[in-house]
Amino acid sequence: MASDLEKAADPQKLRRIAIEPISRVEGHGKVTILLDDNNKVHQVRLHIVEFRGFERFIQGRPYWEVPVMVQRLCGICPVSHHLAASKALDHIVGSPRVPATADAIRRLMHYGQILQSHALHFFHLSSPDLLFGFESDPRHRNIVGVLTDYPDIGRQGILLRKFGQEVIRITAGKRVHGTGSIPGGVNKRVSPQERDELLSPLPQILDWAQQGVRLIAALYARNRDLYDHFGHVPSNLLSLVARDGTLDLYDGVLRARDATGQIIFDGIEPSEYHGLFRENVRSWSYMKFPFIKSLGAENGWYKVGPLARVQNCDAIGTPLAEAARQELRSISPSPLLHAPLLFHWARMIELLHAAEVIARLLADPVLLGDSLVGSGPRAGSGVGIIEAPRGTLIHHYEVDSHDLVTMCNLIVSTTHNNQAMNEAIRQVARQYLDGHEPTEGLLNHIEVAIRAFDPCLSCATHALGKMPLWVEIIDAQGEVVQRLVRDGECLE
Amino acid sequence: MSDAPQTFVLDGEAVEFSPGQSILQAALAGGSYIPSLCYHPEFKPHGSCKVCTVKVNGRAAASCTTPARAGDVVELQSEELQDLRKNLVQFLFTEGNHFCPSCEQSGDCQLQAVGYELGVVSGHYNPLFPTRNVDASHPDVLLDLNRCILCELCVRASSIVDKKDVFALSGRGITKHLVVNAESGRLADTALQLSDKAMSVCPVGAILRKRHGFATPIGQRTFDKQPVSALAIQKAQAKTTDEGTR
Repeated sequence: MASDLEKAADPQKLRRIAIEPISRVEGHGKVTILLDDNNKVHQVRLHIVEFRGFERFIQGRPYWEVPVMVQRLCGICPVSHHLAASKALDHIVGSPRVPATADAIRRLMHYGQILQSHALHFFHLSSPDLLFGFESDPRHRNIVGVLTDYPDIGRQGILLRKFGQEVIRITAGKRVHGTGSIPGGVNKRVSPQERDELLSPLPQILDWAQQGVRLIAALYARNRDLYDHFGHVPSNLLSLVARDGTLDLYDGVLRARDATGQIIFDGIEPSEYHGLFRENVRSWSYMKFPFIKSLGAENGWYKVGPLARVQNCDAIGTPLAEAARQELRSISPSPLLHAPLLFHWARMIELLHAAEVIARLLADPVLLGDSLVGSGPRAGSGVGIIEAPRGTLIHHYEVDSHDLVTMCNLIVSTTHNNQAMNEAIRQVARQYLDGHEPTEGLLNHIEVAIRAFDPCLSCATHALGKMPLWVEIIDAQGEVVQRLVRDGECLE
Repeated sequence: MSDAPQTFVLDGEAVEFSPGQSILQAALAGGSYIPSLCYHPEFKPHGSCKVCTVKVNGRAAASCTTPARAGDVVELQSEELQDLRKNLVQFLFTEGNHFCPSCEQSGDCQLQAVGYELGVVSGHYNPLFPTRNVDASHPDVLLDLNRCILCELCVRASSIVDKKDVFALSGRGITKHLVVNAESGRLADTALQLSDKAMSVCPVGAILRKRHGFATPIGQRTFDKQPVSALAIQKAQAKTTDEGTR
């Protein structure tokens, strides 16, 4: 299933376009495109050019420090790393099942994170593309433009995110990089006053979440052909599901389907993850390319994240989100939907689901309990898997008898989606760039495809439309033909 | 002889003192904060960190070891002295490996709190990133030398209160470091126990009770509740009251 556009037969004779850095994504990534003199596309690659090194420098540190340290991987989804590490270390401290109150508080923290992250991605980062068009004036194609032309939508997005951040603050101690979750449980109870503080705006949040789903459904209805075919590449899917098969973003077992919806594996305990996957490396990217071992590298790559999750589960256990999921599934008779732009629809369904779960958790008296930490016989190894906003997140640690970490393996959501993102941008290049002189608008199509996956290189842009896109077009002789910066300003 | 309290002048204000009090003790008891790191009210001061430096009649001196004298003119808050204190704290941050975002002592750390008090927002100098050991051999205690600032409070506590001499300083200059009293060099082979005074005096996160990190939520940590200046004054005034009562 891998694309023939990964490697050009004779790259030396082709001109190279680089989108560097990719905007509205966290960290440092770039896209390179090789074209011949007729603008026919011969090679497209998404390169991840940053190196983090957390797996190495966590070694030798005391295990209780890990949930706080590893969350510094990210500024948008630190809660995911905080909780995945805590879940892994629950095994180390002999409490793989934490007390019910601790479980409820952690879930509240996690669904607050899902809500704020999805709101941020959809409203702040992607809605400008979807509302104004991929080739619209880049000076207007940003959240300020949204607030100008669609003030209600922009405001709702900002306030939805704010609510999610408040949920995190109350459960973790801070809106970003809190310390609430510890091995074996949590360090902070939720008071009745704090619960009421979150209950008060909840009806409004649920209403806005439903409006968000209606918005993306309306955008789809307005341009079905685009949404169905833009960057469409079938693949396998991977996610956690609850043990009863329903959607659960905090805990469960691994399930994978092939592109036609058939189960590849199901009911796999997190501790068994290691036997399922293999990883390839490419010389041109620091990010590995994982694949399902039993299918091999060519056919075993897969998608994770909202679009995978809402189709991989049998149902969603909250009524409004389940109804929305049914509506999404009804748009096509195909067994599975694979179009990247449908990630946005699935993301808004999950945002609605998160709001419903938060409502349930706040209504449950167990949330206010006092039993916060469990313990039991020590173990030497622990695996924690969670569905982060962007997809399946795996943390695996080994700890020695002196309490120091000796091994750390992190497989983050974006890594799972590496091949899928590469294939999606190759498909978009075929669809839109082949035979055309590249323009800022056409190149933005490539970024739109990447953004659909919400990669967790995905936090850094956000500069309200001033994303530092720099494009150089170099001819076969190595001469710079044209140089563009993001707002279409032509420098030469 | 007059019963009128003796005073010195601190930044233009008269500060009363009792015989035997240092400038730092008298200032704190009178409600004026002087930043410090190696000073601890339960131990004889030895003036090593120099963060408490003031000018006494125009000459720089460590206020924790300088006795208060009637009529002295003490300068505390000048720009020059504030810069000096800030620089000293920045040196400590850059000489060690102090990563507050993931340190379990964050919020309870006196170095961090004094840094905030002095307006330290960065290390300013290029960090040295020294290679330092973590000794996790003890069943109950973690010794993380990355964070040690050589204040010798653990040395003094272990020697004077615990009567064990578990800790000492070795080496000179930039290579000076904390060592433990065991042939193996391992904390596990010393007499250190959780109940020792040496376990409770470290102003940073170098000597830690194991498996306890991050147990206190944000908002309830020492310096979440009040700044280091208020806490130091409160402790000094409580001690003065206590001594007066006795």
